[in-house]
Amino acid sequence: MADKMKKLNFKKFLKGNALTYLMVIVAYVILFVMQTLGLLSNSLSGFLVPICAYVVMAVSLNLTVGIMGELSLGHAGFMSVGAYTGAVCSALLADLIPFAPLRLAIAMVGGGILAGLVSLIVVVPVLRLRGDYLAIVTLAFGEIIRNIMQVIYIGKDANGVHFAMSEGALNMAEGGKMIVRGPMGVVGIQKISTLTMGFILVMITLVVVLNLIRSRQGRAIMAMRDNRIAAESVGISIAKYKIMAFVTSAVLAGAAGALYAMNFSSILSKKFDFNTSILVLVFVVLGGMGNIRGSIIAAAALTILPELLREYADYRMLVYAIVLIVVMLVTNNPKIKPMATKFWEEKIAPKLPKKKAKEGVVNGK
Amino acid sequence: MASKTKLVPTPSIGLIPERDAGKRPILECIGLGITFGGLKAVEDFNLIIGRTEIAGLIGPNGAGKTTVFNLLTKVYQPTHGTILLDGKDTHGMDTAHVNRAGIARTFQNIRLFPSLTVEENVAVGMDTQMKYNMVNGILRLKNFWKEEKMVHERCLELLSIFHMEHLANVKAGSLPYGAQRRLEIVRALATCPSLLLLDEPAAGMNPSETAELMENIRKIRDTFHIAVLLIEHDMNLVMEVCEGICVLNFGRIIAKGTPEDIQANPAVIEAYLGKKKEEA
Amino acid sequence: MSFLTNLINGLSLGSVYAIIALGYTMVYGIAKMLNFAHGDVIMIGGYVCFVSVMSLGLGAIPSILLAIILCTLLGILVERLAYKPLRQAPSLAVLITAIGVSYFLQNAALLIWGSAGKVFPSLLDGIPSLQLFDGQLTVSGKALVNIVVCLITMTVLTLFTGKTRVGKAMRAVSEDKGAAQLMGINVDATISLTFAIGSGLAAVAGVLLCSTYPMLMPTTGSMPGIKAFTAAVFGGIGSIPGALLGGLLLGVLEIFCNAYISQELSNAIVFGVLIIVLLVRPTGLLGKPIREKV
Repeated sequence: MADKMKKLNFKKFLKGNALTYLMVIVAYVILFVMQTLGLLSNSLSGFLVPICAYVVMAVSLNLTVGIMGELSLGHAGFMSVGAYTGAVCSALLADLIPFAPLRLAIAMVGGGILAGLVSLIVVVPVLRLRGDYLAIVTLAFGEIIRNIMQVIYIGKDANGVHFAMSEGALNMAEGGKMIVRGPMGVVGIQKISTLTMGFILVMITLVVVLNLIRSRQGRAIMAMRDNRIAAESVGISIAKYKIMAFVTSAVLAGAAGALYAMNFSSILSKKFDFNTSILVLVFVVLGGMGNIRGSIIAAAALTILPELLREYADYRMLVYAIVLIVVMLVTNNPKIKPMATKFWEEKIAPKLPKKKAKEGVVNGK
Repeated sequence: MASKTKLVPTPSIGLIPERDAGKRPILECIGLGITFGGLKAVEDFNLIIGRTEIAGLIGPNGAGKTTVFNLLTKVYQPTHGTILLDGKDTHGMDTAHVNRAGIARTFQNIRLFPSLTVEENVAVGMDTQMKYNMVNGILRLKNFWKEEKMVHERCLELLSIFHMEHLANVKAGSLPYGAQRRLEIVRALATCPSLLLLDEPAAGMNPSETAELMENIRKIRDTFHIAVLLIEHDMNLVMEVCEGICVLNFGRIIAKGTPEDIQANPAVIEAYLGKKKEEA
Repeated sequence: MSFLTNLINGLSLGSVYAIIALGYTMVYGIAKMLNFAHGDVIMIGGYVCFVSVMSLGLGAIPSILLAIILCTLLGILVERLAYKPLRQAPSLAVLITAIGVSYFLQNAALLIWGSAGKVFPSLLDGIPSLQLFDGQLTVSGKALVNIVVCLITMTVLTLFTGKTRVGKAMRAVSEDKGAAQLMGINVDATISLTFAIGSGLAAVAGVLLCSTYPMLMPTTGSMPGIKAFTAAVFGGIGSIPGALLGGLLLGVLEIFCNAYISQELSNAIVFGVLIIVLLVRPTGLLGKPIREKV
């Protein structure tokens, strides 16, 4: 009896997740083999790490937007904190730890931790505000973070590490090396990010987010989203679970930032502006809010698509905007939604493999 | 018949059932009140509820009944008075805190978690009794499986009160109205309360469903040994199951007592039917 | 004197913010939505005016009128196509849609006019500047125009919402859509009108903004838009005097930050103020509190 019960539980807690993991693993194996055999074009293999980073960004933002139900417009801010921290960590540890994957791992952990710490400041308004006000405050925080990044200068010379708010104030000795140069961003990064490291981060993110959702914490977070007052009435501490979801999301974004930064030799703070936050939001909305597998597919597809459709690059953002509006209209308008559902069930669902069709709409939204 | 219970005086103000005498009352409200921008929505509200009493809060629409519930659960912070829950002052507690201290409630306009399943709705109610932390949950350690299994079994057990076990994996939002009301009660019970507040539990139910609900309210009291305070407009139900009744009008208590007392009280009849005297 | 010069520059910039904030505040008050695309209507207004002066060769006044008319139509169109179908939808969906519209307008402008900045024609140069204190203090014509236009707009709108039939209908809709409908008010038309007025004002703000900072880009509107929303929240969303107060305070704050603290950090400081205001007084300086019904 007890065994049977446990089995029941196992099944419940694995439902739908196995396919997600399998999808990611298969994609990794294919890409890894193709990369090793040199079947990928140069520009395409340059996209492998950003894809992993954006998948992590999308999955982590989905935790805030889809699972917790609060719109965050400053997700790129946490990514930038992670990118800067990671790149600086890596630069400082370059001589100490020559083994690149370990250094990258430390950089990602460092980026995640600092992004998590910054998110603890952001979480104050998250606890007090809701809806539109919260969205605008996260946007403001994203801009503040970017603004501050633009006046940070860090350098390293024989005397140690220097930190200042302007280039002149650094007082670098002869032969010193600049690491962060204000508006120029982080410079002289060693490109140590690899597809395998990206894959590992994606898998860790999936374990964290998927298991979090299907645990008591995730249930409480979704209960809060569905009805805050009812959740409070059964003893759920809103503050605790909001902090948990928000900080987890920021830590993952920070790690993604570190991974992303170390795929390039230099990175501008401008890279992590409002547009990047919106881009990640598009992934989440298009993949389906609350639908983690959808976020992965959307992030990967929309990162690689512009590369494949180079000649239409100018129209890309315009198309994203239209996609955002249309998806919202289709999923939320009482007149359009039944039509779309009917179309899906009659025209598309029968053609899909059975399992996929059943789990296509995880959240029913 | 439950309504035949004799009421005895307590050391403090108000009456409780004889069988609860000698034990500390579960709830004591003393001079409770709230003003919304000058308007006294509820004032000088004094009420005492025995540990296993089924009490009723009635009154015309807009009398302030739900406001009393909101004060008890701290959805609104009272501007006046004291609430003693099992002798403990709930001053400064928030809604979640009050629930953990022992008050659970349902809502007049149903507030479930529609995108979660029936079982998950109940499991959320048990969250405060679970101990495994986020890391345990993410790494799926032993605690996780042990507690989730316990919760799963307990959920089914609680759902069986209303014969809802077979609905465990249905999304709460897609349940029919009556089942949603019942699920709200189960979810409230899952928090292990010592006082259950039911806000119009029979609203929208047909006579046979109401009769079943009455049975269930008594069953809940007898199985869990808890007190129940309910707001209801269905006078049959109130007079049948409630032992003590409190009548509210314009935010003030106009009568308290047994169902017999209330039915005979001229002030109550006037509040419900207007000045002209008629059969209640 | 530099303090006074800065103050006047701040008031001038603040006047533009106030006009933009008015659009936010009216739409938020009535449709209960944050029209994220409002800032981009400003940019469209600027481009329309630019094209009309540079390509069509029209004069300043007809160009400004053209910008106002087109932006008004754009506002109505956006409301009808994107926002009206979502009247019953959760606010998260509406907000994401508004972000989509904002993104759409920016990228459409990018395709039409390119990413390179355009130098906005000097429409307001003919207005004489004011010399005060024996010429020690000069108030530029542009600053004068900004402040005067802002004050006129505020007065007209206050009178409009307070005295006219349509204005009263607007206030009724902002209080309770359902009840207003039962009283025979055409809610849809009222909301459309609000968008129309807001977008018309955005066009005015666009022209003033581009005259003061004559560089026009597809992203020109987004930052002032967000700052003006800050101003609207600062003053108390839904309140016309609040928009004026919030706008002016924000404008002065920004210019003072630029002058006395740090040019690079001025945005961070302005947003920092927004966050503090929202935390300390979420309803703003002149707003009224709302209570959730249980």
